[in-house]
Amino acid sequence: MEKTIAGKSITVNEEGYLTDFSQWDKTVGETLAAEAEITLTPRHWEVIKYLQDEHKNQVALSIRRIGKSGLVDIKEFYQLFPVAPLKTATKIAGIPKPASCI
Amino acid sequence: MNENKGTIKKMMIILSKGTLENVYAAFVLANGARMEGIEAEMFFTFFGLEAIHKKKLEHLHVATVGNPAMHMPTMLGGLPGMEALASAMMKKEMEKIDMPDVHEFLDILTASGVKLWACKLAMDMFHYKREDLYDGIDAVITVGDFYKQSEGEGVHMLFV
Repeated sequence: MEKTIAGKSITVNEEGYLTDFSQWDKTVGETLAAEAEITLTPRHWEVIKYLQDEHKNQVALSIRRIGKSGLVDIKEFYQLFPVAPLKTATKIAGIPKPASCI
Repeated sequence: MNENKGTIKKMMIILSKGTLENVYAAFVLANGARMEGIEAEMFFTFFGLEAIHKKKLEHLHVATVGNPAMHMPTMLGGLPGMEALASAMMKKEMEKIDMPDVHEFLDILTASGVKLWACKLAMDMFHYKREDLYDGIDAVITVGDFYKQSEGEGVHMLFV
């Protein structure tokens, strides 16, 4: 389905995740973050960039992997994205929701 | 179910068993709740205490006897070393799918904000002391304290 984000028409799935990463830019990320009531700091952006890189390298994302990233530990990840961190952060990053149970 | 349209706000998970498969089921459910933005607390009682006992938590086993889903004849499952073998095989498979071991899983749970409570009655029964337990435990509490913790809208309880 189409959704207007930051004045642009963006294709998202029924859960609001972007289906085409090429439509993502920082403004889109900021708008999606605002919807999740998160104000993005430079630290948030570092994590978002990491998630996008991992996705590009086809790494399956999980909470455990975030903890082993060397960039952010699990505690800080929950502080940055307090509600459902992996789901929220990947949505803001414009990448698919990880199908992970851990 | 009318309250909050049935939204789950908090999961209270009681772990009463010390077999690997039950411990993992409870841990995955607690962690999964946090991943969905749901609060989670765990109450360790009876054999569930083994999952937070420093000296025991790394030696948990799957049950090879009395477990029809193992598809192993009961007599065979009872042979010496069978539990250890089955457990080692299962742990290997778990590592393959990126499952943390019990200690690391406890670290993940506490970092994710899961509260961990040990049952006072069971502690007394097994003669365990607080210092025998994993350091990240919030407190040793009574069943009454646990019910108090469970008050509120959208709280669900699960017995494993």
